Formats: sequence, C-alpha cells, structure tokens
Amino acid sequence: MSTDPQRKPYTPPVLEFKSSTFFVPVLILYNNDLPAIEQVLQEKIRQAPDFFKNSPLVFDVQALNKHNYDLDIVALIDFLRKLGLFPIGIRGGNEQQNKQARELFLTIDAIRDSASAETRKPVIDEPAHKPEPVEQTVESVAAPAPASPATTLITYPIRSGQRIYAAGDLVVLSQVSAGAEIMAEGNIHVYNTLRGRALAGVQGNKDARIFCFDLQAELISIAGDYKTSEDFDEDLRKKPVQIYLQDRALFIKDIAKT
Amino acid sequence: MARIIVVTSGKGGVGKTTTSAAIAMGLAKKGHKTAVIDFDVGLRNLDLIMGCERRVVYDFVNVINGEASLSQALIRDKNCNLLYILPASQTRDKDALSLEGVGRVLDELSKDFKYIVCDSPAGIEKGANLALYFADDAFVVTNPEISSVRDSDRMLGILSSKSRRAENGEEPIKEYLLLTRYEPSRVKSGEMLGLDDVQEILSLHLLGIIPESKTVLTASNAGSPVILNDKSEAGQAYADVVARYLGEKRPHRFIDGKKGFFSKLFGRKS
Ligand SMILES: Nc1ncnc2c1ncn2[C@@H]1O[C@H](COP(=O)(O)OP(=O)(O)OP(=O)(O)O)[C@@H](O)[C@H]1O
Ligand SMILES: [Mg+2]
Repeated sequence: MSTDPQRKPYTPPVLEFKSSTFFVPVLILYNNDLPAIEQVLQEKIRQAPDFFKNSPLVFDVQALNKHNYDLDIVALIDFLRKLGLFPIGIRGGNEQQNKQARELFLTIDAIRDSASAETRKPVIDEPAHKPEPVEQTVESVAAPAPASPATTLITYPIRSGQRIYAAGDLVVLSQVSAGAEIMAEGNIHVYNTLRGRALAGVQGNKDARIFCFDLQAELISIAGDYKTSEDFDEDLRKKPVQIYLQDRALFIKDIAKT
Repeated sequence: MARIIVVTSGKGGVGKTTTSAAIAMGLAKKGHKTAVIDFDVGLRNLDLIMGCERRVVYDFVNVINGEASLSQALIRDKNCNLLYILPASQTRDKDALSLEGVGRVLDELSKDFKYIVCDSPAGIEKGANLALYFADDAFVVTNPEISSVRDSDRMLGILSSKSRRAENGEEPIKEYLLLTRYEPSRVKSGEMLGLDDVQEILSLHLLGIIPESKTVLTASNAGSPVILNDKSEAGQAYADVVARYLGEKRPHRFIDGKKGFFSKLFGRKS
C-alpha cells in the first residue's frame, strides 16, 4: 500500500497569455507575374534554405493593389506552401483577396509593423537556428526597441556560419569571420576585423551605426539599406570606419578622417 | 577518464586520417593507451593507413548495434600494443551512427583508455558532428589554401556551439591548428598561403606544421603511420605535434617562408 502523503492536486491555470516577439518575414510583392515571383523566390530559398524552411510568412499586396494589379492569391498561397513556406497572413489585400484569404484561414491585416512588444529582453541567438532578415524582401513585425535595451558583449571569435542577434547594441571584441553574421537592433561595434556581414538597426532604426576597427566585411546594412563589399571604396578597405545612414544613403567613413 | 580528441576539418582530403593515424601512434608510443576510431562510415580507410584492414571482423556500427562487444571489435595495432583501432563499417551509411550509441561506446572506452582519437569524416553533416560532439580537444587540420581555411573556420563555429561541452555550458573544447601539406617554396612564390595568412583568419594555438612529403603516401601504402618513419620530415613533424600536445616545448620546424605575399592580397574580393 502506498503511504504517499496526501498529494496536492495539480491545478495550474487553464491558460495564460504571454507577449513574445517573433520574426515573421513579410513578402512585399511589386509584380503580379506569378511565374516570375516563383522564380525569384526559389532563388532566394536556394540561397538560405534553413531560413525559409517552414517559415511563417505574411505577404503584402498593397503596392500591387495601388496600381490595380490583381493577383490570384489562391494560386500564390498554393505555391508558397509548395515551396515549404507557411503563409499566415495577408496585408493590403482588396475585398476579394481578403475574402479568399479568410477562407484559407489566413489573417487579414492582423500583423502590423507597429505590433507592440513591451517586455523585450536582449537576446543572443544561437547560431543557425533563428531567422534573419534577408535583404529587403524581409522586414520584421516586431516593434523598434525600447529606450535603453541592454548592450550585448561578445568576446569570442564569431566564426563562419555563426549568427549573433542583439536586441540592443552589440559590441564585439574578437574577429568576425567571413561567412558569419552579426545583427543588432541598435548599433554595432567591432573592435577587431570585420569580415562577415553586419546588420545594424534591423528593426528599422535608421539612426543605428556600425563602427569597426578593420573593414573587410562582405556586407553591411543599416535599417535594411545595404552595401556589399563590391561597393566599398578601395581605400576604405582594412580601415577603421563608421557606417551610417543619411537621407536613405549609406555612408562609410574612415573614422580617422571624420 | 580518457581525453577525447577529434581530428576535424570541414573540407575533405586535407589529411585528417593521416593525422589521426600518426598522432594515435605517437601517443601510444609515448606510453599512453590509445584508441583511434574511424567515424567515416561507408568510406573507411583508417584501417588501411594503419595496415590492419585484413584483420577487420567487427566494426564501430556493430558495437553500437550490440552485435559485437567492444573488445571483439577493437583491433590491436601490430607495431604498438598500447594502440587499438576501431574501424568504420564499409557497408553502412552514416545514419547507422547515433548520438546515444556513440556516447555509449566512448563512455566504455573512456574507462580503459588514456586517449581516444576520433577521425572525423569531411563535411559539416551528421558524421562530422557526431565525431566532434563528445570531444575535449579538437585538432583542426587545415591546408594552406583559402577554401580549407574557410571550412576550418566554419568547423570552429560548430565546435563552439554544437558540442556536448557547448550544450552543457562547460569549458569549451580546446582547439588546435595543424597546418598540413605545407610547402615553403610555394608559399614563397605566392602559390600557397603562409602560416601568417592562415593565422590571420583562424588565430588558433598552432600545434604543428606538417610539410608536404612523398613519404606520407609511401607510408599509407605500406599501412604504417608516417610518424614511425623518423627519416621523414612529415613523420618528424607529427612527432613534434604529439610532444607539444603532451606539454613539451619544441620550436616549430619546416616553416621557412612563413610570410606569403598573400598577406597583402588578403581580404580582397576575388
Ligand atoms: N603531409 C602530406 N604530404 C603529402 N601528402 C599528404 C600529406 N597529408 C596527407 N596527404 C595525402 O592527402 C590525401 C588525403 O589524406 P587523408 O586521407 O589523410 O585526408 P582526409 O582529410 O582524411 O580525407 P577525407 O576527408 O576523405 O577523410 C592522401 O592521399 C594523403 O596521402
Ligand atoms: Mg579521412
């Protein structure tokens, strides 16, 4: 016979709401040519299969509708699913598109750029799991960071294939290898050689800057505007630089000369 | 408790198996009971380089599956009785290895051996990840050319994030660089990266530079690890590596012309 002391009944609350922040790529369509969209998407997916595999996705047809380009969203949703994506919502649809979307269990204009996210903690994402903003086809639905998010400090080398995400500023003391990617909602400081990709202001903060000690980056981006190493001035290579956005133009300046 | 060493690279054909055979023999010759495991399931060739291919009865996969005991599968080396080889299976694919199974075999070996050398397959997929998962030390084998350096860098990222030590938040794997197939004359002429070029990217603790040498192939063909040939520069270099790993201070050799003029070109788009 069991002599268990009387067990307290397990009575958790039935449910609970928590506010979390997720990244959902938003696919903004500028063209209603489905085969062309499919081709470009396939190419993007080929470049970053891990990122896109099973990724939820919101598509935005506002620009299309502005120009009265009608898009068959049933066909669109169908091939998005075939490509392994999970369309979860539509933005900027017309009446008929919204009706079709609803029938396919998609949300209508539910996910906005201004979605609030009050309690945000700085996050260091472990490499290779978390989504990344990919060029400009992807924006995030999370809100800009609150006033003073924590600074994330990294003291170990960031190797090819690794990915770091900081909700506030990111300070890196070691080198960032080619093939690595560092992202921050705020500024990025690299007090070493930057060979990989650095994306600052990834939630849209256009005032974010990148500072690095030795510019050999593959790509730099602020609030979605980017330059690849091909676009860098030859005499800025291997220099300590700061990078900032002004009037939608990216500037790379030798720190010693600013 | 054994110390588990993974010999890894990312890129294929850079000298992992050659290195595994040499250092396992070197450690055993220094009096440490050592096992060397071939993780390259489906492409086994450690047994060829160790010259024991005709004595293979059971293999790593058999042990994992419980079809043979460890003592049945381990092959004692013909040159050194402190060295044992656990061959890979030629007839299975890499899915035959499981994390749990590999862990069990390493645990059992740990009771009896001082060092366990894991010869990793190329790539960054399952086989390579399993080979490094339980490691305490990593010998990152790199050739002086850019794609090998890049792949080693990628491997270092995996070592620091996907190993048991990383997952448990323990002290990280100790990472060492082995620069192999080094040819000072080709470094001088700019055809090959120099040590400095490589270290600019990897910045690792250098365990040794193994020169390109015909004796490596001769040794493989003879089934006798090159470290046993003390006339061979590559053999001497591997002996240095083992000594340094065990804490001896030895100056680096076979290194002339370490400044490649790639240094200047480096970082430029190609
Ligand atoms: N120092 C060296 N000098 C000359 N040849 C070498 C040297 N090291 C390795 N080799 C040759 O390079 C080839 C590949 O070596 P090895 O099989 O050890 O590489 P590996 O990294 O294990 O390859 P894999 O990725 O296929 O497992 C072999 O032919 C070997 O003889
Ligand atoms: Mg091999």
